[in-house]
Amino acid sequence: MSEMTQAQVPLEPERYELTAAPPYRLDLDRREFFKFLGAGILLVSVLTPAVAAQESGGARQRRGDSLPREIDAWLHIGENGKVTVYTGKVEMGQNIRTSLSQAVAEELHVPIEKIEMVMGDTQLTPFDMGTFGSRTTPTMNLQLRKVAAAACDVLIGLAAAQWKVDRQRLVAADGKVTDPQTKRSLEYAQLTKGTQLTASLPAEDPLIPATKWEVVGQSTPKVDGREFVTGRHRYPSDQKLPDMLYGKVLRPPSFGATLVSLDSQKAEQMGATVVHDGNFVGVAAASSELAAVAVGTIHAEWKSEPQPSSKELFDYLRKNTVEGKDPTGDGDRYEVGTVDQALGSADHRLQQTYTVSYIAHVPLEPRAALAKWDRDNLTVWTGTQRPFGVRGQLAEAFRIPEDRVRVLMPDTGSGYGGKHTGETAIEAARLARAAKRPVRVMWTREEEFTWAYFRPAGVIDVTGGVRSDGTITGWEFHNYNSGSAGIRTYYEIPNQRIVFHGTNSPLRQGSYRALAATANHFARESHMDELAHAVKMDPLEFRLKNLKDERLRAVFEAAAKQFEWGKSKTAGRGFGMGGGYEKLGNIATFAEVNVDRKSGDVKVVRVVSAFECGAIVNPDNLRNQIEGSNVQGLGGALFEAIEFDNGKILNGRMSEYRVPRFSDVPVLETVLLDRKDLPSAGAGECPMVGLAPAIANAIFDATGVRLRSLPLVPEGLKMS
Amino acid sequence: MATIRLAVNGKSYTVDADPQTSLLSVLREQLDLTGSKYGCGEGQCGACTVLIDGKAQRSCVTKVGAVAQRQITTIEGLANGEHLHPVQEAFLDAGAMQCGYCTSGMIMSAVALLKRNPAPKESEIIDFMDGNICRCGTYPRIVAAIQKAATATSAAKGAGR
Repeated sequence: MSEMTQAQVPLEPERYELTAAPPYRLDLDRREFFKFLGAGILLVSVLTPAVAAQESGGARQRRGDSLPREIDAWLHIGENGKVTVYTGKVEMGQNIRTSLSQAVAEELHVPIEKIEMVMGDTQLTPFDMGTFGSRTTPTMNLQLRKVAAAACDVLIGLAAAQWKVDRQRLVAADGKVTDPQTKRSLEYAQLTKGTQLTASLPAEDPLIPATKWEVVGQSTPKVDGREFVTGRHRYPSDQKLPDMLYGKVLRPPSFGATLVSLDSQKAEQMGATVVHDGNFVGVAAASSELAAVAVGTIHAEWKSEPQPSSKELFDYLRKNTVEGKDPTGDGDRYEVGTVDQALGSADHRLQQTYTVSYIAHVPLEPRAALAKWDRDNLTVWTGTQRPFGVRGQLAEAFRIPEDRVRVLMPDTGSGYGGKHTGETAIEAARLARAAKRPVRVMWTREEEFTWAYFRPAGVIDVTGGVRSDGTITGWEFHNYNSGSAGIRTYYEIPNQRIVFHGTNSPLRQGSYRALAATANHFARESHMDELAHAVKMDPLEFRLKNLKDERLRAVFEAAAKQFEWGKSKTAGRGFGMGGGYEKLGNIATFAEVNVDRKSGDVKVVRVVSAFECGAIVNPDNLRNQIEGSNVQGLGGALFEAIEFDNGKILNGRMSEYRVPRFSDVPVLETVLLDRKDLPSAGAGECPMVGLAPAIANAIFDATGVRLRSLPLVPEGLKMS
Repeated sequence: MATIRLAVNGKSYTVDADPQTSLLSVLREQLDLTGSKYGCGEGQCGACTVLIDGKAQRSCVTKVGAVAQRQITTIEGLANGEHLHPVQEAFLDAGAMQCGYCTSGMIMSAVALLKRNPAPKESEIIDFMDGNICRCGTYPRIVAAIQKAATATSAAKGAGR
């Protein structure tokens, strides 16, 4: 894949996006909005149609030509000099509140402290499909830079008019416009005073090139870090209102169970509000303790259907495909050349199956929502990556127009793709409606483990054909259920057949950081290692022989250098690599493992990642994201797996589901390749995909044992 | 229900609660001290960590009846006005967070560790902190922050002598 084709790869529609009802995109009444903002300058950013189509959910969700204008950001400079930026993106630990502030500070030439980001509030921010797919940096960051640059132009124009001088000679810096010849200067606030000015973003603004960035490209610390170290920040689960009640939902004993009978008399006698609406049963009470006790007194009979178990999962997925019923409607099959012939005539032909388990996101803050009704108007504070999507779900659930629903997303205790849906919002709103008071629902850890959704499990069959000189000639790749993100190979192979098979997943599944790219990279990069061994080639040499893409080659070479690939190793140690291209980023990950042959204990001792995602926006935050991807990735690679049987989760507690801890963490070394000549891309997902294959390949290197299932060693390595 | 006297962050409070109620829910719901977080409800993740008489304790599995009259410190009681505790400063300096939801518990655990062991080795930090989960995976930064705080504290003490 050349650089051109990397840039041209269309945004892959999110296969496992749990789509809300088609949103009405209400064109905010600017006059009304201005009233709210007060005097100043308002800049409006209008999306280009191509971007709008992607960011608002893809062309298939468009409804004729009745769409209002696609507005994606507002920027307001107030009379007090305060800059307020409105975006539908949300903050959950990726640090975009900071990186987007940097973008505005750079182009508006204003100190970062003057900027306030209003994020993910459906009443105040323009429509946004959601915060996922590593889209914030390539789209919103760029958009805000444009809008800030346009605002700066307006300010310079105002100064030029006021001083009656040529605007070309004026300079904007540090929140002021200055005339270097007369040494006169005016603060932005002075320029905006008394005016109410609206401007739209010009089609093309010359932006500051990355080589000249002064704010973007710096390791600006988290803008509101102090709020977090003092415990002052109010997460969704910390939201409170006067008179608020605490809600609690009665959960069925298994997935899909239907309610047969209910006795909630005791709960009502305790003074709790009880709601019974179809299969929904919940209570609202004066404290969370009381709500839990009240729910505990309810007697309910449920009817359940038999369901498969995790023991038979991979067989089940193969046997329960839903060919042709792919919800995204895009091509599930990619074919080029003559695969069967190539595989049949290859010097070495290798066929293997790889599997990945369902895993849970385990966001440390479980789902939470606070709902308040004001007549027929509903306001909900909740932790979600899709505030507008949740608004749609609420409107649908309560059969009210979307303009009567406001969803706000206070910066949230992480998501990792796990908070796209609005379950708690609907639960809290349903209870609040009955109680006629605000109600907050916060899921317990067990609820979060059971009633959220999982990263899809999958089965992947790979067949590779290779010539004795190490040239790959044929490649067949079938993925059952886990998804098609990252399914295509970036190696140069003339004959390929790559197919995704959707299935009737036995568990509710959805997005997860890096989606199926983790599974597909695991299978592909493990198979690459197996092919390299089949032709007795060094795995790095084998990859580079079959790889033309310069950006990907560069990260493999950089990581190899830092890792000192080829160095000698001691007994029990093994080295391995994995890498690839995903979400506009390029990653190569090299791992060193130590295997204790007696105990079977596998310890990842060192991980070197080389990453390139264009021009770097915030180096320290980028390192933080890469380190975090590796640490989180360790869990899915080594030991995380959801066990289930007959509609029940068997290990849905923190004490039963192991996630990475301090003692699991290897030495992490990160090499950043800063390509100032390329557009900036996101980094929350891609760095994760190289880790699992790197570890599996390192375990093989250490022991000769080839592991083809994620998690690799949930109970240690069995050497027999 | 019982009337329970609590000493939190140097203030005394009287609450009406079942003594079996978790300290965490009383702190969060009755005293509006929401800096301590719920993460698992079984003492496995450390997000709810507070200090009881200077020792780190999981408030989600601590019954409020058991801590009456004991000195409870939450994240809200750590800074002295606008002057942050050295561990808080160190977390900011090291960029030791992403979503920040674990941060309160991490800081409280770290404060307890440094009280007991003002100059912990890396392995001692990892051992002590292993009960605290950061799902965003900022562990190496948290270790670095604790090391920074230890150095800063010993330097400050050295200068004060």
